[in-house]
Amino acid sequence: MMYLEKRNDIPTWVRFATPVMAIAITVMIGGIIFAMLGYDALKALSVFFLSPLSRADQIADLFVKACPLIIIGTGLVFCYRANIWNIGAEGQLVLGALGAGWVALSFPDSSSPLILIPMALAAMAAGALWAFIPAILRVRFSTNEILVSLMLTYVASLLIDWLVRGPWRDPMSFGFPLTPLYADAALIPPIIIPGIGRLGLLHWGVPVALIIAVIGGIILRRTLAGFSVRLLGEAPRATGFAGFRPNRITIAVLMASGALAGLAGAIEVSANMGQLQPNISFGYGFTAIIVAFLARLNPVAVIAAGLVVALAELGGDSAQIALAIPKVVTGLFKGLLLFMLLAGETWTNYKISFKRS
Amino acid sequence: MTNTPLFEAKQVSKRFGDFTANDAIDFAICAGEIHALLGENGAGKSTFVKMVYGVLQPDSGQFLFDGEPITIQGPQSARQKGIGMVFQHFSQFAALTVAENIQLAMDGSESISHLSSRIETLSQSYGIPISADKLVADLSVGEQQRVEILRCLLQNPKLLIMDEPTSVLTPQETEQLFAVIRQLADEGCAILFISHKLDEIKALCQTATILRGGQKINTIDSQTHSQKDIAEMMVGSAITTIKRQKQNIAAERSFTVSGLSRPADGPFDMPLRDIDFSLYAGQILGVAGISGNGQDELMEALTGEWRDPSRMMSMQIEGVEIAQLTPEARRQKGVGFIPEDRNGHAAVPSMRLTENALMTAHSAADMSQRGFVNQAQLAAKTHAIIADYDVRTPEADPMASSLSGGNLQKFVVGREIAKAPKILIVSQPTWGVDIGAAQLIRAALLKLAQSGSAILLISQDLEEIFALSSHIAVLHDGQLSARYHIDEMTPEDVGLLMGGASIDVAPAAEVS
Repeated sequence: MMYLEKRNDIPTWVRFATPVMAIAITVMIGGIIFAMLGYDALKALSVFFLSPLSRADQIADLFVKACPLIIIGTGLVFCYRANIWNIGAEGQLVLGALGAGWVALSFPDSSSPLILIPMALAAMAAGALWAFIPAILRVRFSTNEILVSLMLTYVASLLIDWLVRGPWRDPMSFGFPLTPLYADAALIPPIIIPGIGRLGLLHWGVPVALIIAVIGGIILRRTLAGFSVRLLGEAPRATGFAGFRPNRITIAVLMASGALAGLAGAIEVSANMGQLQPNISFGYGFTAIIVAFLARLNPVAVIAAGLVVALAELGGDSAQIALAIPKVVTGLFKGLLLFMLLAGETWTNYKISFKRS
Repeated sequence: MTNTPLFEAKQVSKRFGDFTANDAIDFAICAGEIHALLGENGAGKSTFVKMVYGVLQPDSGQFLFDGEPITIQGPQSARQKGIGMVFQHFSQFAALTVAENIQLAMDGSESISHLSSRIETLSQSYGIPISADKLVADLSVGEQQRVEILRCLLQNPKLLIMDEPTSVLTPQETEQLFAVIRQLADEGCAILFISHKLDEIKALCQTATILRGGQKINTIDSQTHSQKDIAEMMVGSAITTIKRQKQNIAAERSFTVSGLSRPADGPFDMPLRDIDFSLYAGQILGVAGISGNGQDELMEALTGEWRDPSRMMSMQIEGVEIAQLTPEARRQKGVGFIPEDRNGHAAVPSMRLTENALMTAHSAADMSQRGFVNQAQLAAKTHAIIADYDVRTPEADPMASSLSGGNLQKFVVGREIAKAPKILIVSQPTWGVDIGAAQLIRAALLKLAQSGSAILLISQDLEEIFALSSHIAVLHDGQLSARYHIDEMTPEDVGLLMGGASIDVAPAAEVS
């Protein structure tokens, strides 16, 4: 039998070398797979890895893609650190988009960008309420928050589907399931850099995401609230003994992560789409779970992890476009990259032994 | 005892990573011999007997049985060779009967009725009263242990290992156990008896092998050495005994609990039944009792981890009602708590010592500003505890898990005493710690009482209660007995109360 044994002293350089190694191994195996499928391996790899990093505007797009992942991932880190398993960020994202959309569609003639504030608040409230359902059920009836939050995701996607096909559909949409376009003031503006102008799709949601991750890191590391969250995850009995209330922490982290997922949904729609439609997310709520773990449940590292995952997504897109590599192959490559990164993490923290001790 | 040893170990070693748990141990036991294996926690006793019972495999060295080299692949192979073991923390199925539990542990298939009659016969011939068709849930811990012993005896062992068997017994039950052990030895069974209670070793065993730091220090005739000599061999240095001095006990109650009842959480949990007691400044009240008689439930009710606003009960510190306050609010009123379990309750192994210090200090005014932890202040506080209570740490702010049990316990105790609580409620403060740490902890508790604090000491270690307390009460079946003056009580009296019997001693008068 094989056993995983925790390593004790891990040198800092190993922590940095591991992801580099993981990417190197992915490139090797990926190259072999591309070659076996009859593609030019070197070209495929350069399209995958280098083209999204080759120009400033493409790097900007990388940040845009990572934006919702970073916001949601930060919220999920709080949940997972408290040993609360919110798997329903995707549904909370949809509810957030609906909350913001309801404000935007209620004021179609708004001309002040201040409308973005009530939109953000409504989004966060809607996401938090959606997450409150698994929270209160868990605290009151000991239900499993994994199942409840996951199932509510399907409820959320049916809800948005019904709204954009029914009550909220634009009468001028010729039967397409679309709401009216938001007023211009309700759109998140692009970032205009003096002397350069727009850089890719870069918008003001991106710096918001970075600030959220950094603030999340400070809260978790430096405040009593963050301490109580970590304590609950490490030892629930000690949390009660310390005089914190485990039930309140459970509800708080679930609602906070729901609020952040909701905010991410609002930003995604308002910055990139300008109207609600049945499919507003590309699985960001689920991908952010990987981001949170890739970041070793550290909010600041969520930024880097979000960018790596965004790179895999965008690289896959450009490989499909430039080389006509099928989606399943790029999906395989993305999976390989994430697998290697997580395996490298495990390898850093554990060693394999063949004897139990 | 000049014949060939029944069982021998030659140069047996076991390493876990870089840590050598057993270093070239030589050991021999003859048929009919009662042999003590002595050592502090971490000395390597458990590792050694686990190898004898086949749970662990030695890295090097050899075992001989009747002079023949053997390998013991696992517990089943150990049992086939005639080696039985009674574990300290045994596990039985509470919802099954005695016979069913024993049947599960037997290797062959024997019908319940046949097994039951064998159990009854055996229990009669050894004077171990147990009925085979009783549910384990209805047995006391001492009776459950008898089931374990019967289970071993059914397999006719030639060598029986007993791992701290008296830690769950009253003094009377201990005497009964010793009678069984002596009878077994007379019949030729070799007994390997693990303990750290030296008076028991002196009373029961002819020889003792002492381990320290994974090495065998000596094998001695336990009758010709004094307890002090043996203790010093275990510890490796001279020992000073900690003894209570005359305590100045104030006349006013500083802490009063009355009408504390709590329903059992589950079918196998213990309810608390109408518990009343008072603490006076300067007093140490020892609460004896066998584990599982409501100690955990009482601790949770006193800390405030369990509260029930719908119940009529009162808990007052100097006249201020605290029965509905959270643990942290109670600490703010000057009560300190040290629960028994330092792995995830009193302390968190996977967090740093500063964070462990923050656990019970976070509402202090100097610990945070606007919700932000005052790191400098916290580090200073932590280092003061480390220095004052001689906590040996591998680095300035280590993970709690990197400390030995004794050092972590010193930290946990120091963390609470450093706050100079008016009331300290402590459970098993020296459980599983080395003698040096235990001495330091006991001295610190006595010093706190001398400075005018009141201490409630919940402990299953009678020696500890007699060494520290001025008064004693016994927790049995969720009920707390009257309070007795320690000088008027013998361990036998306490044992009777622990078993639920009544005694002839007058309770101590309430000062009021």
